Amino acid sequence: MAGHAQLADKFVANEERAQWHDKSLWFVRHKRDNISHSIPEWETLRETASQVKLHTVAHLAQYLEEFETNAKKLGVTVHWASNAAEHNEIVLSILQEHNVKRVVKSKSMLTEECHLNPHLEAAGMEVVDTDLGERIVQLRKEPPSHIVLPAIHIKKEEVGEVFHEHLGTEAGASDPGYLTEAARQHLRENFLAADAGITGVNFGIASTGGIVVCTNEGNADLGTALPNLHIACMGIEKLIPSPDHLSLYTRLLARSATGQPITTYTSHFHGPKPGGEMHIVLVDNGRSDILGSDDFRRSLSCIRCGACMNTCPVYRRSGGHSYQSTVPGPIGSILGPSQNAKEHSSLPFACSLCGSCTDVCPVKIDLHHQLLTWRKEIYVRGLLPFSKTFPMKVMSKVFQRPGLYAFGGKVARKALRLMPRWMIYNPLNGWGRQRDLPEAPKESFRDLYKKRKK
Amino acid sequence: MSSRDKILKSINRHLVPAAPLPDMDQAWIQFDNPTEQFLTMLSAVGGRGEVVANLQAVSAKLHEEPFYDDAKQICSLVPNLDISADKQVDLNAIEDPHDLADIDFAIVPGEFAVAENGAIWVTDAQVKHKALYFIAQHVVIVVHASDILHNMHEAYPRTGLNTEAFQQTPHFGVFISGPSKTADIEQSLVIGAHGARSLRVFLVEESFDRAQFK
Repeated sequence: MAGHAQLADKFVANEERAQWHDKSLWFVRHKRDNISHSIPEWETLRETASQVKLHTVAHLAQYLEEFETNAKKLGVTVHWASNAAEHNEIVLSILQEHNVKRVVKSKSMLTEECHLNPHLEAAGMEVVDTDLGERIVQLRKEPPSHIVLPAIHIKKEEVGEVFHEHLGTEAGASDPGYLTEAARQHLRENFLAADAGITGVNFGIASTGGIVVCTNEGNADLGTALPNLHIACMGIEKLIPSPDHLSLYTRLLARSATGQPITTYTSHFHGPKPGGEMHIVLVDNGRSDILGSDDFRRSLSCIRCGACMNTCPVYRRSGGHSYQSTVPGPIGSILGPSQNAKEHSSLPFACSLCGSCTDVCPVKIDLHHQLLTWRKEIYVRGLLPFSKTFPMKVMSKVFQRPGLYAFGGKVARKALRLMPRWMIYNPLNGWGRQRDLPEAPKESFRDLYKKRKK
Repeated sequence: MSSRDKILKSINRHLVPAAPLPDMDQAWIQFDNPTEQFLTMLSAVGGRGEVVANLQAVSAKLHEEPFYDDAKQICSLVPNLDISADKQVDLNAIEDPHDLADIDFAIVPGEFAVAENGAIWVTDAQVKHKALYFIAQHVVIVVHASDILHNMHEAYPRTGLNTEAFQQTPHFGVFISGPSKTADIEQSLVIGAHGARSLRVFLVEESFDRAQFK
């Protein structure tokens, strides 16, 4: 599997597009800054929200049982899934029991993580993603490139092409207002025709057994208010103890995500609609393992606002698809290896360790520290490629021999000054591919030090 | 072993350091004029709001609305609004929420409004089909002018989510802040994604009996 750097190569090859992508996300980051600065107690909010999450994770089993009991009281059927395959099977069997043919889904990173759509489609169901950005990437047959802005990598002209092909909009049309209206009409038909609605869960409330889903479009609401069957798929880390704690997260989530004061619709589902049925699938899929790790436990606090990606200089310039992970960017580079360290071993190395992600995280996850820890961990597990381990071994030998080090330095200083450019910037010099080496000094530090002592 | 037991066992086998729940009673944001703040935030999120004297004034204001008189189907849960009988849709007479697909205007009561983010709390407590909030082309919410809270920390206790009443029967509640919107195409903000194309809020000064609402 190609690593992050190789995949990012493709994205940065189109420089104009890479810069456009960078600017789009910086715009969002800027909106986040403005609105967070308008809240005087912003840091208190972050700290309190972080503490609530740490507390919940420390008592997760107890809160899960409390949540289950209360959800059942409300008439909800609660399911438990250890992994993605089991989650998909549970959802499919509920749908099959109800003879469902058409499903509308509101954006859910968990169902993306589990690859639910192909599973349902293989069983002959039609699954329509109803978040506009998700619908665009679904029609293009590609995964989202961002968890909050799934189509941030796509230009409006390209949306126009896809809609022309699938929704019959005018050829060459690229006006966002016109295209959104076409999607509204198209998706309304799907909402009205759906037999079931699937949603993700932003927050599960242990003390009430209810769930909260946040959208700006209202798609989770239309998708669950019309059909009689609602299936909510929820990662076990989404729990919070009580509704009072929601005040923290509803204040932090949208402000951190898009710079809005709150999402347009913050919906609290407590049981099925009258005459309907509601199911909640609680999914582990590796989360309980992360819980056991002192190094990475805090990544379970993530509320999926996407602020860390919007601020990340690497994400902004390399595009979400280069991460080959449902959750890209800084948090994805921690969660990816936690799920499969071998497959995602290159992600923690994409990081520039600038620490900006840690600064913006609304629940104070120490992202860049965890990324650094992952690098060590990946080395320890023997997952580093030869191109990285071999030079390190060589350098280790050199550093152990002061004479050899001094001699090597002398040769290098001379060679760098005398050798022609093409000999220095060869394929072995990966570092020099995009930048020049510093000019080699005439004297080493050792020489200077000796001189001064005299 | 069931997956439930497997997951709980997997969680319990880890020793996670204890972390106390923080105190939620802190000095959260307050505004000198919450009404003004609410109206400012509402307009920032694409909604429109104003303070009116009484329910009669709501009716008069609605007739100034450009689409209002063109509307063919209006579903009002606010009484005495001067809506011609051929336009008024009786929500309680509708069995299937799909039949609400052609509603132009929904006029509904809100329980309270939040100054910090322009959100209004509405529930399905007296509303037979919650779909009404999302399927209508335009939504109008009527809130008592004195029911404006400063922030979300004051809002959640008012929702009653943690009360017996909310937990005995299935219930739905939603904070609505502005009309439905999206910015998924090149970050251009477009109002009217799936839900309401417009949201208008009336803060009514004269006290009215919530029980009048159907």
